[in-house]
Amino acid sequence: MRTVTGLILLLVLVAFLVSGMLLIHPFGNPSPTDMDDYIIENAQNQTGSNSVVASVVFDYRGFDTLGEATILFTAVTGVLLLLRTVKHKKENP
Amino acid sequence: MLSKIVRTVANQLIVFILIFGLYVIAHGHLTPGGGFQGGAVVVSGVVMLLVAFSSKDFKKSLRERLLTIMESTGALIFAILGFGGLGTVFFYNFLVGSPIFGRIPPTGPGPGDFWTGGFIPLMNFAVGLKVIAGLSAVILAIALFARGEEMEE
Repeated sequence: MRTVTGLILLLVLVAFLVSGMLLIHPFGNPSPTDMDDYIIENAQNQTGSNSVVASVVFDYRGFDTLGEATILFTAVTGVLLLLRTVKHKKENP
Repeated sequence: MLSKIVRTVANQLIVFILIFGLYVIAHGHLTPGGGFQGGAVVVSGVVMLLVAFSSKDFKKSLRERLLTIMESTGALIFAILGFGGLGTVFFYNFLVGSPIFGRIPPTGPGPGDFWTGGFIPLMNFAVGLKVIAGLSAVILAIALFARGEEMEE
């Protein structure tokens, strides 16, 4: 019984994945390109950066990068809180 | 601590790894890469040294307080630069056109000029400092914890 149920679930999953693969949007010509065209045309004038990816990451989507930095900060804080055992110097009386 | 061959090769190789990581950080506004990626390259060199040598030799030079201060400094510089353009909008690139990193390159593909990009190079430096210090602290804490040693404050 369990194998039959698993087989049916596997077939449903395979059908879902294959249909998703076949129905995906064709590669190379996305329909809404207004923002891409705007960034590609204006990035060098507005941010002065030759690497458009860097201008998107640090300027147009800078708030997103701030969240990324916060995630790194939180991860480091958690690891140091959990794993460190600090040797405290004995203070001279 | 590994054998003498590994230690010698690691000693010679760390210079090139550090230079490449700093290059990726400094040219983040001209070539692919940036603060996160270059910092990860530098930290990979630190991991190589940590594998080749024993973690006892690192406790004296990589202190926890110094690393946390470096990471907090990077985060502060990043946030202050983000607040700097608040007159227009949050994270507005207020350094374009100013004498600091203010040149504007011609539109289209070109070789690139280092003195461009507004605050993007400064942000790359801040994020690189943050990633180097933070990941080094994590790696050192895990290595010392695995060996049951204590961390120098």
